Amino acid sequence: MTIADLAFYAFAFIVIMAALFTVVGRNPVHSVLWLILAFLSSAAMFVLLGAEFIAMLLVVVYVGAVAVLFLFVVMMLDVDFAELRAELTRYVPLASLVVVILLMQLVLVFGAWSTADGVTVLARPGAAMIEGQPENISALGLVVYDQYILLFQLAGLILLVAMIGAIVLTLRHRTDVKRQNVLAQMYRDPAKAMELKDVKPGQGL
Amino acid sequence: MDALLSDYLPILIFLALAIGLGVVLILAGLVLAVRHPDPEKVSAYECGFNAFDDARMKFDVRFYLVSILFIIFDLEVAFLFPWAVAFQYISMTAFWSMIVFLGVLTIGFAYEWKKGALEWE
Repeated sequence: MTIADLAFYAFAFIVIMAALFTVVGRNPVHSVLWLILAFLSSAAMFVLLGAEFIAMLLVVVYVGAVAVLFLFVVMMLDVDFAELRAELTRYVPLASLVVVILLMQLVLVFGAWSTADGVTVLARPGAAMIEGQPENISALGLVVYDQYILLFQLAGLILLVAMIGAIVLTLRHRTDVKRQNVLAQMYRDPAKAMELKDVKPGQGL
Repeated sequence: MDALLSDYLPILIFLALAIGLGVVLILAGLVLAVRHPDPEKVSAYECGFNAFDDARMKFDVRFYLVSILFIIFDLEVAFLFPWAVAFQYISMTAFWSMIVFLGVLTIGFAYEWKKGALEWE
């Protein structure tokens, strides 16, 4: 058994345990932390598969951004979590239905697995055109932006929709607070801001 | 493939050392330190008062907005990495498709700036 095999079993074990604790954990914040551990270990498993880029994306996007989002969501909710926890058994049938559907989908995906044209050529060791670069990143870079240009642009539009949607849904401008207007501040000059009065001695203004 | 994994070996060793050291330090604290807990000593203490309520309070929804906007630009950067790595070899189509992608997201950025979503009142 090589070090890679050992590392694989260790990380696989950590992923499963962390996922289990995410589900059964009492405190939702702890659940999110377990989820982060699961993300990190699956990133390590992706590295073991040779998919460096996806591993780093998992760390940057999921651990760096999605987990933070989950933490905010958990902290934003004011639900009595102990009460929810007590009702856990009520949701077991629904949860097992979801699990069965998910498993079936995984089987379907695995059964219908095929690689797109050109990807196998790029994935073969030594076929990457760029010397000294991580192979799968450059392989992705060579196909994503022109061969799959439509999907790529669609991804950009989806991100735009997500951005606008988030702003429309959550942005509430309060009218009763004073705001700083930076432009107005910068264009303000002494001539407009103050007035000098020449006050004669002995007289008021 | 094996070359790739051996590149990552130092990180694995580092990880093992870090976990090992953390566990050793915690265990040393448990084993060696003197502990005489009593209810008064371990209860929450707030400048002489009893704690008023739970310290975990609800977060403002605006944190959520900031976090979503961060995720979107994070993904944009994630798309930039393969493009930048393969930059020398990509076609003109690939170059301009990335420029259009960036342009679309810049429209979004201008929108959120104009709407004041980046301001904290």
